[in-house]
Amino acid sequence: MRVPSGAGADRWLGLLPAVLWLLIFFLLPLGLVFLMSFAERGLYGGVRWTFGLENYHRAIDPFYLPVYGRSLLLATVTTVLCLLISYPIAYYIALRADPKWKRALLILSILPFWTSFLLRTYAWMFLLRTEGFINTLLLMLGVIERPISWLLYSDVAVVIGQVYGELPFMILPLYVALERVDVRLIEAAMDLGANRVQVFWRVLLPLTQPGIVTAVVLVFIPSLGAFLAPDLLGGAKSAVLGTVIQNQFVQRNQPMGAALSVLLILIVLGLLRVALRLAHTTERR
Amino acid sequence: MAIETKVIRVEGVTKRYGAITALDAVSLDVERGEFLTLLGPSGSGKTTLLRVIAGLERPDAGRVYLSGEDVTDLPPYRRRVHTVFQQYVLFPHLTVYKNIAFGLEQKRLPRHEIERRVAAALELVRLPGYERRWPHELSGGEQQRVALARALVLEPEALLLDEPLAALDLQLRKEMQRELKRLQREVGISFLLVTHDQEEALALSDRIAVIAGGRLQQIGTPREVYENPETAFVATFLGSANVFEVEVVGRENGEALLGLCGQTVRVSLNGRSLEGSRAQVAVRPEKIALRARPLRSSDLVQLEGIIEEGVYLGDATHWRVRVGDQCITVTEPNRLGSKAETFRDGQRVFLCWARESIIVLTQ
Repeated sequence: MRVPSGAGADRWLGLLPAVLWLLIFFLLPLGLVFLMSFAERGLYGGVRWTFGLENYHRAIDPFYLPVYGRSLLLATVTTVLCLLISYPIAYYIALRADPKWKRALLILSILPFWTSFLLRTYAWMFLLRTEGFINTLLLMLGVIERPISWLLYSDVAVVIGQVYGELPFMILPLYVALERVDVRLIEAAMDLGANRVQVFWRVLLPLTQPGIVTAVVLVFIPSLGAFLAPDLLGGAKSAVLGTVIQNQFVQRNQPMGAALSVLLILIVLGLLRVALRLAHTTERR
Repeated sequence: MAIETKVIRVEGVTKRYGAITALDAVSLDVERGEFLTLLGPSGSGKTTLLRVIAGLERPDAGRVYLSGEDVTDLPPYRRRVHTVFQQYVLFPHLTVYKNIAFGLEQKRLPRHEIERRVAAALELVRLPGYERRWPHELSGGEQQRVALARALVLEPEALLLDEPLAALDLQLRKEMQRELKRLQREVGISFLLVTHDQEEALALSDRIAVIAGGRLQQIGTPREVYENPETAFVATFLGSANVFEVEVVGRENGEALLGLCGQTVRVSLNGRSLEGSRAQVAVRPEKIALRARPLRSSDLVQLEGIIEEGVYLGDATHWRVRVGDQCITVTEPNRLGSKAETFRDGQRVFLCWARESIIVLTQ
């Protein structure tokens, strides 16, 4: 008879697919990008595998500073807006809604997520265009006399598209955190003299803090490297890290793109460290 | 204006959940400084009543008054009553100190005042020095004490307790019962306790309110309710009782002649009215004595029966005796020299009890 837990070799064999997957799809490309970031651009595109810090010198050039700034700003605004929109939604679904509607409401809130982000971004373009749905509607209703021109190809459009795209990533972790909150704790707080606002600040917020940190990380990091929404919805001057990196790769300066990517990864890792520490302090309490 | 002595006044409160009526026009008063227990089986509506008083549920009809003020439409955080919940429900993210200080901080009291009162509250529940502990570090009994301190520190007009001892094991429960009684005497405020444990109700209460099916069945001192239950439900829920269907043969001067198992017995109505020709009476098992031979006394009710079963319970023996088509339960204390222990199953015995032990029930 075979022993299920098996000898050492068998056990490692089971891990093989996962290890291979990580190796081929994660570590290998990452290592390639890392190596490439020290290389040089070839004369006709392509990469010359040399070693130098030239790309990094250029990457921290003041020329790129506004790009980093814009990226951080976009990610921050997106995250804050997502949090402000998602918390009430997650709260309602987790704690206030009729239990038999919970599942339906949850699915509804992540339903848009089932189609491609590209398609949804195009849908926003249709909505926000000068002769788009929103402008037409507002004109018909007589709210405005001329179409609003800054709806599309603007920072507003980028933020709208980005917030819309990231919303499910915010709602789900918050829902999980709020779902775990014992309703009787809310009742106890109210019984002890806390009104709804005070219950939120003194009970709900501290108890859901780990969930909030998770949700913020899940939204902030992709937003920092976002390129689709800024590229399609943003104006000519709205370059962010994501679009710049994409441009470098398209314009055949792959080493430069690689260097910027490595820097982005480093920024993300730094922020993640802070977030983990934040979540850890709550856990210990 | 007269000073309102009723701390809590519930008037005709009805609460429905869909098709279920949890409370059906319940009216109840809690006196100042009184220990009142709501006793009832699970699903009787007793917890719902407590939550209505706390403001956690809105009644569909009826009013709730606290010290004469109508609070029916006030949210829980505007009512001067506080609750000790069944599972304690301490805030897991706050220390013991912060848990107890929660309500005081809500009132924005000065820091030194809060510190003083939290320390006093911990002293009161006999947990001095526990300020910096976390709830998850405490035992069930300790958590219970913190929950009590958290509510008492606010000096409520009444403390509402929702089965506070149900989660504790027997030994600890007994200890906490004494503790509750001591606390109530010390702080002198009204306690309204919800429980399904009849012993707890008898041991702690100044008055007991028996609730079943969303209705108030009877309210009175433990002695009144136990010795003179109004209905068959109260008689069998608080303690146990033999309920007999009897025939009303005649009535005069507050007494009635009843046909009980073939005998005619004269009993006092105790102010209760008896309508129709049929009635129910109850006799508590411990009021009945078992004898091998009939006693020569006309003041006693005596029935002849056959022993079906005897269950030895240490301090007493429970006998089931068949009389005609009815099975009667008898509790005999295991005293030295008691003859009862020699009875065998199937033996012919005589049950006797005083006429005063017969309780006329209303239907």
